[in-house]
Amino acid sequence: MKQSTVTIPSNLLRTRREPSKGWAWPKFRELWEFRELLFFFAWRDIKVRYRQTVMGALWAIIQPFFTMVIFSLFFGRLANIPSDGVPYPVFSFAALVPWTFFANALAQASNSLVSNANMVKKIYFPRLALPIATVLAGIIDFALAFVVLLGIMIFYGLVPTVNIIWLPLFALLALVTSIGVSLWLAAMNVQFRDVRYTIPFLTQAWLFVTPIAYPSSMLPESWRIVYGLNPMAGVVEGFRWALLGTDTAPGKMIIISSLVAITVFISGAFYFRRMEQDFADVL
Amino acid sequence: MSIAINVDGLGKTFQIGGKQKSYYRLTDQLVDTIMAPFRRAGNLMRGQAGGAADLNETIWALKDVSFQIKPGEVVGIIGRNGAGKSTLLKIMSGISDPTQGYIDIYGRVGSLLEVGTGFHPELTGRENIYLNGAILGMKKAETESKLDEIIAFAEIDKFLDTPVKHYSSGMYVRLAFSVAAHLEPEILLVDEVLAVGDMAFQRKCLGKMDDVAQAGRTVLFVSHNMGLLQQLCERGIFLQHGTVHTDGTIIKAVDAYLQTLEQAKSQDLSKRTDRKGVGDARLVHAEVTTHGNGPSSILKTGQPARFVFCVNASVPGIACNFFIYDSIGQPVTSFYSRVRGPDDTFDPNNDLTFVCDLDEFLLLPGRYRIDVAIVGDNKLQDFIEAAAAFEVADGDVGGRMAQHDGKFSVMLAHRWTLPTR
Repeated sequence: MKQSTVTIPSNLLRTRREPSKGWAWPKFRELWEFRELLFFFAWRDIKVRYRQTVMGALWAIIQPFFTMVIFSLFFGRLANIPSDGVPYPVFSFAALVPWTFFANALAQASNSLVSNANMVKKIYFPRLALPIATVLAGIIDFALAFVVLLGIMIFYGLVPTVNIIWLPLFALLALVTSIGVSLWLAAMNVQFRDVRYTIPFLTQAWLFVTPIAYPSSMLPESWRIVYGLNPMAGVVEGFRWALLGTDTAPGKMIIISSLVAITVFISGAFYFRRMEQDFADVL
Repeated sequence: MSIAINVDGLGKTFQIGGKQKSYYRLTDQLVDTIMAPFRRAGNLMRGQAGGAADLNETIWALKDVSFQIKPGEVVGIIGRNGAGKSTLLKIMSGISDPTQGYIDIYGRVGSLLEVGTGFHPELTGRENIYLNGAILGMKKAETESKLDEIIAFAEIDKFLDTPVKHYSSGMYVRLAFSVAAHLEPEILLVDEVLAVGDMAFQRKCLGKMDDVAQAGRTVLFVSHNMGLLQQLCERGIFLQHGTVHTDGTIIKAVDAYLQTLEQAKSQDLSKRTDRKGVGDARLVHAEVTTHGNGPSSILKTGQPARFVFCVNASVPGIACNFFIYDSIGQPVTSFYSRVRGPDDTFDPNNDLTFVCDLDEFLLLPGRYRIDVAIVGDNKLQDFIEAAAAFEVADGDVGGRMAQHDGKFSVMLAHRWTLPTR
C-alpha cells in the first residue's frame, strides 16, 4: 500500500472525516474549543434582535408584563383563581419571567439552523453553537424582565425570602430545559419544516400545563409529583417559592423536574449529533 | 514523504427527488397534495427517513476518490459542473460527511468556500470581522492582532463602523475575502472566490494566494478559470462524474479537462446532466454559424457571425448570457441579452430562440468554446459549460490580415498614421 511510504506528521492535529456511524457522542468538546463563537453568535443575536424596532429592548419587558396584566384581569379578577396568598400580579409575573425566557428560546432556537442555512451549508463550525447561542442570547431579556419583577415586588412591599439563594438553581433548570427542547426542535426543523408551525401550539399547550396562571396547590398533592414531569412546572414553582415564599416548596417535584430536564438535554444532544451530519445536505 | 491530506476511497451519495410529476387535471393535483403527508408518513414508517422530500433516486457525487497531498502543495481541482469538486471540499472542511471512505487531514483547515456567508448585514464592518473570524475558527486575540492588516487589505477603514448593509458589493466582498485570507491554517481550501471584486482587487487577492502558497501552506483550489489555475498551481486533479480522471501536473490536468469539454460539445445538449440552475427553462440547442451562409462552425476573423440559442420553455424575464473562452480556457468576452442596445429587436414569431448577430467577428484564428447561462424569473435557470465550440479561420479586419497569435485572441479594427518614409 501507498501508506507504507508515508510518514505521518506527528506534530499536527489529525482530523478524520469519515461516515458517521449512527449514534455518537455529541461534540461538546469541540463546542468548548469554539466557545468564543458561541459568545459571538449570542452577542450577534442580542445586537440584532431589537434593531429597527421603536421600543427596542423594552420588548423584553412588555411581552411578559402585558401577559401578566391580562392574566391578572381574567384569571385573577374574573375567575378568582387563588394565588397562594400573594397578590395575583406578582404571583403570575414571577412565573412569566422564566416562562417567557423558555417560550422565546423555543421559538427562536428551533429556527436557528434554518435561518442560518447559508452558513451551515458553506462553513464548518460546531452546529451546536447556533441553537445554544440563541438560547443564551435570551438571558439578557430574562435579566431585564427579572429587574422588573423585583420592581413589582417592591411595589407590593414583598421582600424575597432566604430561599432566594436557590434561585440560580431554578434559573439553571430553566436554561437546561430550554436548551434541551431547543436541540430537539432545531434538529427536527431541518428535516421537517412542519415543526415551525407546531411551535405556537406546543408553547400554548405547555403554558397551560405549567402552573403560571394558577398555583399547583390547586392540584391534589399526589398529582404534583406527576406534574414535575413537566420541568417548567418545577422551574415556575421554584421561582415562586424562592422569591415569594409560597408554601408549595417544590421538594420532590424539583427532583423529578431536574431529572426530566437532564434527560431531555442529553437525549436532545444525542439526537442533534445524529442528525447534524445531514444538515448541510438537507437544508 | 510526509502528507497533509490523505483521501482514501472517498464516496458520497445524494438522494434526489424523483422526476417531477406533471399534473393533467386540477383534481389530480389536489388529491396528490392531500395524500402527500400520508405518503411521506408511509415512507418514514418504512424507514426511509427522508423527511419532507419524496426520495427516489440515489446519485454518487463522488465515488472511489483517492489521492494524497503533500504539505506545501498548491493543487487545482478541475471539473465540470456536478463533477464533485464542491462536494469534495465540503467533506474536507467537515460541512458534510462522506458516505464511504475517509479523508485524513493533518493540521488546521481553513476554507474559503464562499466569502461573506457569515456576515450579518446589521452589524458593522468591525463587528463582522470578529464574528466572521470566530466562524472561521480564529480566536478573538488572533483576530485582534490582525485587525489592522485586515482593514488595510480590505481598504474599508473609513466605513469600519458602518453596518455592512450599507456597503457596496465590492466593499463587502473585499472585507469578506480579507478576513478569510488572514486566517493562518496549515491547509486552505478555496472555492471559486476570486471571481469577485474589481480587477485591481482580484490581482491583490491573487498576490495574497501566492503568498499563502509561498509560505509553505497547502492550498486546494477549485476554479473554472484555467488560466488562473495554471498560474497558481503545480498540480491538478481533474474530477469527472465524481471520480478522479487525471491527477498530475496542472498542465496535464487542464489539457485533459479541455479535451473532455471538446467531446462534451458534440453531445446532444438536452441529454447533458452537468448543468446548474433551477431548470424551468433549459438550453436545448446552441449553434454558431456564419451569418446567412448556412450552418458552419468555421468562422472567419472579420466576417459576420451568428450565435443561436434555443430554450425549451419561456419564463418571465428570460435572458441569455454567453461567454467565450479560448483554447486554454481563458475568458475572452461575454454577451448578455438583458443589456439592450438600440438595434435589438423582438421576433414576434417565437419565444424560445435567442439570436445574436455580429457584423464583424473580431476574434483571432483558433478554437473557442461557449458557456451559456439562461436566466429568468430572477433565478439562474440553466448553466452549461461548453454548450458549443467553434473554429475561427484566418480572415481580415478592415482589409488587414488577422495574424494568428497563441497569446492574444482579439483583433480590433484600427488605422495607423505613420511617420513619412
